[in-house]
Amino acid sequence: MEEIEHPIRNNFEGLRGWLKLSGYGWERVSYWFQRLTGVFLLIYFIGHIYETSTIVNGLNAWESFLELTQTVWGHLFLIVVIGASTFHSVNGIRLIFTHVGIGLGTPGRPDYPYNPSSLNYRQKSGIWIALILSVLAMYYGFNILFGE
Amino acid sequence: MSNNDNKIEDKIKLKVYRENRGQNSKSYYDSFEVPYKRWTTVLDALLYVKGYIDPSLAIRYSCRMASCGSCGMKINGIPRLACYTKISELETSTIECEPLGNFPIIRDLVTDFSLFYKHHKNIQPYIQSTESVETAAEEKTYSYNQSPQDVDKYLQFSYCIKCGLCYSACPTVGTDLRFPGPQALAQLYRYFADTRDESKNRLNIVDDRHGIWRCHFAGSCSKVCPKGVDPALGIQLLRSYMLGVSKNNKKQAEKIEVNLD
Repeated sequence: MEEIEHPIRNNFEGLRGWLKLSGYGWERVSYWFQRLTGVFLLIYFIGHIYETSTIVNGLNAWESFLELTQTVWGHLFLIVVIGASTFHSVNGIRLIFTHVGIGLGTPGRPDYPYNPSSLNYRQKSGIWIALILSVLAMYYGFNILFGE
Repeated sequence: MSNNDNKIEDKIKLKVYRENRGQNSKSYYDSFEVPYKRWTTVLDALLYVKGYIDPSLAIRYSCRMASCGSCGMKINGIPRLACYTKISELETSTIECEPLGNFPIIRDLVTDFSLFYKHHKNIQPYIQSTESVETAAEEKTYSYNQSPQDVDKYLQFSYCIKCGLCYSACPTVGTDLRFPGPQALAQLYRYFADTRDESKNRLNIVDDRHGIWRCHFAGSCSKVCPKGVDPALGIQLLRSYMLGVSKNNKKQAEKIEVNLD
């Protein structure tokens, strides 16, 4: 790829661009959630590895660390982890299909009002399925963690 | 149009971003009250401001009919063509006009497209043939034979007017200036899918960590495109070929000798 000279970063949106959700459709919301859950899960996994590594300091150290998740806030955190991992996985499967051109439609002759075939009902359904499944998984987790 | 449409004349508040990079002036918003009718576009309103209120307002426009792609700007936060956006359709009492995001500001609503065009040029946006179509020495002229099905594979992407709305809407462009952006990638697919093109190295141009692999399919490019180009579709189809999932079974267009006599 030819090296392209960088201009001064004047008016480039940077991370602010990620946060703009309204007016761009559900695909943009899904993009934002996918990124957000990805970063969140990465941080969680680093914490998770640290948590499991405490066992090398003995059973007491392990159990005292584990008690952090046995509080109300700990349970709520785990419920968010369940929701994030469910959404990231299901939406990730949708994205794998789209990245290989499946479920996007075929090129044609566009007519006004130009509804893009790549933003079709299959994609929107996939995003909604990911959102609904993550809510259901969080509900299930809530019942397990806070149930009798 | 009924007579009522001509008589009704409401006013809209236009909030316009102002900045002059040449004079290192600070940015601010100017507000103008502009009369409008049912069919008044945002460009009409801006030209009213320039003509009757503040001639120093800098805007770029040409065709006024969504063909040239010059008047792209953020209208109420979304990249749109000012000539293609009717005030009545926005359904707000205040319209905010800002320069396109991800393009360096020159002055007011005018932005610098240099990097955008560099990315476009970088993907070699022209038909490449292994031999000359017009052979002067032989005094023969050839034309390509393409079926309507062959044309349909790329025609949609050839409607691009290079207005830069997709580039402005793309969240990846905002964080990686080396990313070619949806316009250039969709144009690469346009030439790749064209049966007249015989280039062997076209895909290598974007097979880079800053290239096509940075697209995460936010779909915003296709959402804002005013010509129905659907860049997101082109990018995903291109990636499918690059990943080897779709087989490249393109048959080269047959060359037919044209007798000019």
